[in-house]
Formats: sequence, structure tokens, C-alpha cells
Amino acid sequence: MRERTFNVVIVGVGGQGILLTSDILAEVAFEEGYDVKKSEIHGMAQRGGSVISEVRFGEKVYSPLIKKGEADILLALEKLEALRFSIYLKKEGIAIVNNLEIPPLGVNLGKEKYPRDIFSRIEHKISRVIRVEAITMAKKAGSPKTMNVVMLGVLSPFLPFSISSWEKVIKKRVPSYSTEFNIRAFKLGRTYQEQEKKLEKLS
Amino acid sequence: MQEKSAILTGNEAIARGAYEAGVTLASAYPGTPSTEVLETIAGFKDNEIWCEWAPNEKVALEVAAGASLTGVRAMVAMKHVGLNVAADPLMTLSYVGVEGGLVVVVADDPGMHSSQNEQDTRNYARFAKIPLLEPSDSQEAKDFAIFAFELSERFRTPVILRSTTRISHCKSPVKILKRKTLSRKAHFVKNPERYVPVPRYGRVMRQKVEERTAKLREYASKCPYNLVIKRGDDLGIVTSGVSFQYAMEEFPDASILKLGLSYPFPDSLIREFASHYRKIIVIEELDDFLEEHIRSLGIDAKGREYFPGIGELSPDKVAQGYRKIKGETVQEENQDEKESFSLPARPPVFCPGCPHRGLFYALSRIDCIVTGDIGCYSLGVFPPYDRMDTILCMGGGITLAQGMDRAGFRDKPLIGVVGDSTFFHSGITGLLEISYNKGISTIIIVDNRVTAMTGHQDHPGTGKTLMGDDTYTALPEDFARACGIKNVKVIDPLDLKRTLEVIREEIKKDSPSVIISRRPCALIEKKRKSALFIDPDACTDCGRCLRVGCPAIYKKDDKILIDSILCNGCGFCAQVCPQGAIKPVQKN
Repeated sequence: MRERTFNVVIVGVGGQGILLTSDILAEVAFEEGYDVKKSEIHGMAQRGGSVISEVRFGEKVYSPLIKKGEADILLALEKLEALRFSIYLKKEGIAIVNNLEIPPLGVNLGKEKYPRDIFSRIEHKISRVIRVEAITMAKKAGSPKTMNVVMLGVLSPFLPFSISSWEKVIKKRVPSYSTEFNIRAFKLGRTYQEQEKKLEKLS
Repeated sequence: MQEKSAILTGNEAIARGAYEAGVTLASAYPGTPSTEVLETIAGFKDNEIWCEWAPNEKVALEVAAGASLTGVRAMVAMKHVGLNVAADPLMTLSYVGVEGGLVVVVADDPGMHSSQNEQDTRNYARFAKIPLLEPSDSQEAKDFAIFAFELSERFRTPVILRSTTRISHCKSPVKILKRKTLSRKAHFVKNPERYVPVPRYGRVMRQKVEERTAKLREYASKCPYNLVIKRGDDLGIVTSGVSFQYAMEEFPDASILKLGLSYPFPDSLIREFASHYRKIIVIEELDDFLEEHIRSLGIDAKGREYFPGIGELSPDKVAQGYRKIKGETVQEENQDEKESFSLPARPPVFCPGCPHRGLFYALSRIDCIVTGDIGCYSLGVFPPYDRMDTILCMGGGITLAQGMDRAGFRDKPLIGVVGDSTFFHSGITGLLEISYNKGISTIIIVDNRVTAMTGHQDHPGTGKTLMGDDTYTALPEDFARACGIKNVKVIDPLDLKRTLEVIREEIKKDSPSVIISRRPCALIEKKRKSALFIDPDACTDCGRCLRVGCPAIYKKDDKILIDSILCNGCGFCAQVCPQGAIKPVQKN
């Protein structure tokens, strides 16, 4: 994987902790000895608005931005934002989507409709879509605020990083009182797909 | 020994560079995307460094200039529009020059992610006749910051270190070194011929500026940060800043002249480089700064033909330019892009509990013209409030109202809205104008006790310095009275009834009024009340609460609900509910 540059796009709604999420990912890649570039936008672009952060790692990374159609993974903390930014994904890419709806203001004011067919529209474009009940899992981990670390956990098996690097960086970056919740959230996320498969077999 | 390194944003790296270069004083007014430079320097907690938020960028640069004249190193940081405010001292500082190195960090915002315009700071370097450096990533941001101090002292000139959003807010690895010990003590030797540009001395200084520029131009061609990367023999690319990164990726077969010190233009280096390639392409963001100059050297360089000058560049846009150069047809936006545009937009909104919501909701009940200003409250332009009719620049919220007033506009009441930090930045002179020149408009100072939009920085009204010390707390109402405004009132914007009452009263008066709309930003207020809920038995689904535009209130399956995680318990929505259906959650 080291020869080529790997691209991850992280999206969601301002206030969901997108920047911390992408910070953790970038630092883990750095910890593992990769060249890393991470991009984000501050200020007016947040405040409950659409947020996108881009992380690239590899032997040598030039551009801090990812071209449309070149992201290997889209990690979305909200469904509508997943669809909005799915344009960044490669056809053979993976969309990891939190099954959470946050209606934008226009929807609340009755001027626009929140799309009902988000997952089928993403699945139509992308071969692999992973739907995550991140809030349920975050609550299970001890705090709904660990939702983004749950998502990193689900992302983690697709990346060539050791669990110890992940845990080291998470411990460094989250507030000390919530370390335990966050480590639990990461582990729950990491084993999410195995658990899902087991459930499928049972049913 | 293992080298220490870290991944830093460009802003953190610039700060690290200033620290390692032995900076003694750093001053700034916060502005996206430049804000973190000063915050990071303050974080080094080195008691050799004086680090401060100035009331505005002009003051910041003047303070830094004063420090530089005592022989120590000084840095000042601002966003692109901040340099307009600081342009006055910059232009003459170019003549006076520096003693200790003086670096002016200016962060441009191509694409206007968080700005009211996109201006290209490189023009200021040519305008002020001072050198300009453009880093391409965080390591260069640090290296160039250190180099900028050296260049500044060597040529006795202020130096602009120009960043852009994608340098300032991108992270990449940086090698960390120790702080250089300069052991300089502030001193000042009288020398009016050097420091006092009265015409007699100024004319001599003017001459010296030209001589300095000529020397710098010669140096630029030898500068190690202006370098050639040889890759192919056909295409030669001239580029700088973040555009260099896109060029490296999207033009793998082209040779590149990367300009780190892009002004004064390294003419002989450009000529030498151009002579080797069949075609010379310029890749630059915003203005045709390099392209125009290179063409003026008689070189048939092309750039704008292939790469847009509006908005920020991206690897997509540069790749498109590559295809155009190769003569391929470039397809317009595809189906997927059209889909993205057709989705419900998610613009930024006032946070739950935001005091601005209360004020703008009240303003939306009043038929008036609102001349607005720069800050979170600029969002008052959007529905459901629609109460911002003009924005021009910091402080303009006050003076545009006065201009309309003095022009004789009387169709609707005139209300100027300005933030607390913005008021201290450049609103005071506007208030003086109104009282001195007998205006009658109503000015509302939205005082949320912090510089909110840039991420909660202190200002003269917060009682705290950047270094965390207690200090004098300036109050806008004291300034209003001192400026000669007789009608001064303070309200809590989340008290809807009183807010409406006071605004309606003040706009009727035929003398000017200042209303201080005071409540701390919801994100800094530590006390948080418990969330509210909507009693389904009392709610008639009238939707009035939805129209206060709070992200915590939403509609699902035709029921209006309050998100208990997002709700901050401010209670504003309860004041608009005609049924009294919005209540505090009962704790069991």
C-alpha cells in the first residue's frame, strides 16, 4: 500500500467532530511512518454546515486535496452528507455511512425534502456501502459523543495500521475523562462487521 | 539521535518557525484562515515572547514595527482583508525599513471559504515594494518563516509570508528544532534620517527602496527556495504555493520552476528556465501575477487560458488544464456533480442557544434596513431571518447606515449591526461620525463577549489577554457615551419581548441610539440549562418554533421535536410558542 497514495474523505455536519476524526486518522498514518497530508476548512464553513476533511497518505503525498472519483474510502457521519460527497469515491471504493439523519434548515422550514433513498442512490454508484448504527454503538460504549471514534473503528480494518497505533493516538487526542469510552467505542467499531456477519448467519 | 517531527498545520508551522527563529514579539487580529498562528505562538509559553491580540491589524503591524526598530524580531499575522487595514503602516514601513526582522504573515482565502472577497496578497508585495515568500506545505511554512526573518534583516525590509487556506489549514509532517537564542536586548539609537520620513528624508528613503528592490531581484534568482525540478524536456511550468503540489501530481512529465521567493521576480532565473522548454505554462491561484510579469519579459507563457483565476485551484481543475494543454476535449460537469447540487443545501446556521438568533428573530419582526458587518451574525442574511441588507467591511455596519441616513433615506428605519470585537476593531470612529455629523440611525452592538467566528479569541472587551492574564475590560456602552451617543441601552437578545420593545422605541427617535445586545456566545457559556421538549398534547404543529431556525428543532414524520443532545436550554423557542407547549424536561 505504501507505493500508492491512499485517499480518505471524511464528511458530516459542523459540530459532529469531523476535524478531530480526521486529525486522529492523519496522526495514525504519520505514527505508522507514512507521508501524510490532511485538509480541512475552518470558520464560516462550520456552524452546522456541510463539512469535508480529506486525508491522504503514502510514500510521498503532494496535493492536500483529493480529486473527485479518487477517494478509496468515504467515511460519513451523516447520510445526506454521504450522498453529497459520494462524488469523491472511486467506483470500487467503500462508503462507510452512519445511519443518521440531520435535517438541514431548509428541510425543517418545509422548503426542501430530505431524500428518502440515500442508501440506494449511493449503492447504485458504489460497489460497497457499509451502514453503521454508530449512535447505538456509541451509547453502548458509554457516551453518544464517541460516535466518530466508533466510525474510525469501522474504518480501521480497511487500513494497514496496527491497533496499538490507533489506540495510542486516540488516547492522545480525546479528553482524558473519556479515554475509556473512546477505546471501547473504537473496539466496538472495529469488530462491527464481524458482528454483523455473525448476525447474518444466525438469521 | 532521532529527529523529532510532528504533523502540523501551516499556521502551526509558521508559529513554530517564528519560535525557532527567536521571535520576541507577535501581534495579530484574528481572521480565518490566519488565526492559529498567534494562538500557537502563545502556546509556547516562552517568557521571552510577548504575544498579543491587537484591536485590529493596523495596530498589530504598528506594534510589530515599533518592536522591530528596537532590534528584536517581530511577527504579525492577519487574513488577506486584514492587510487592507494594515496597508497604511506597511507602505511607509517599506521606506523606513526594519532593524530586527519583521515578518508579516498574510493568509489569503481563495474560494472565499470564510471571507467576503478573494484578493491576492502578492499584489501588495509589488505595491509596497517588499519581498514575498510563498510556502507550499507545512515544512516550508516553518522553513520560510525562519528564512523570512533572515531575509528581512539582510535587506532591512519587512517581508510578507503569504499563505492560503490550503497551506494554513492543511497538516503535513514538519521537523522540529530548538529555539535559536538571539540574546538581543531592545535598544533604540536616534536616527531621524532613517526613521522619520518627512519629505526631506523620505525622498532619500524612496531612492533606497528602489536600490533594495534591485538587489532583491538579483538575489531572487540565486535564492535556494527558487528551484528547478527537472522531469521532462517539453513543458516548463512556473508555479508557487499550493499550486506547486497540484502541478507535481497532475503534470508528471513537466519540469517545474518552483518560486518560494516570488517577489521581486527572479527575472534571470525565469529567462534561463524558459529557454529550455518548448512551452511555458504558469499555474497560479487568483490573479495572473506571475503570468503577466513573465509575458512582460517577452516569454510566451500561458496560464489563465487553462486554469481559472476565480476560486481556489484544485487537483481537478489542474488536471482539466492538463487535458486542455494536451488538446483533449474537456467534458463539462457530469451527472454526479449535478446530483450533488440538487440535494438540499446545508448552509451554516446559528448554533443552539446562540444570542444572535434572538436578535435576528426580533429584527425579522420589524420592517427595517439592516446594514450588517463581519462575524457569525452575518448569517442573519439567510432565512428565516432575512435581516442583513448590506455587508462591506469591518466597521461598515455602522457607517453604511450613516451614509444612507445622510443621503436622505427615510423609507424605513436604518439599523446598523456590528459585533463586539468588530466594534473595537473599527467601529468606534464610525460612532464618532454618527454623533459628530448628526445621524439618527440605530446601531446594535451584538456583544457576545468574544471574537466568536474565528474560534473564540479574546479582545479588549473580554478582560483577558492572549497570554491569559487579567486586564482592563472595555465596554461598548462606555465608548458609545464617550462618542456622544445619548440613547444607550443594554438588552438580553434572548428576552424577545424586551428586545422588540427597545428596538421599536429606539428606531422612532430622531437622535442616534446604540443598543448593546449582550449575551455570551453559547459555545463559551459553561452553564448549560437542561434541554426543552415539546409537549405533544399541547402542540398544534403550527411550526412557529421551526421558524426561529434552531438546529435542535426538527420535524420528523409530521411531528415537531427537540433534539435533547443539541438543545442548549436557552428557552428562546418557548417564547414564540403560542400554545406554551415547549417546556423544560421534567427530571425523575
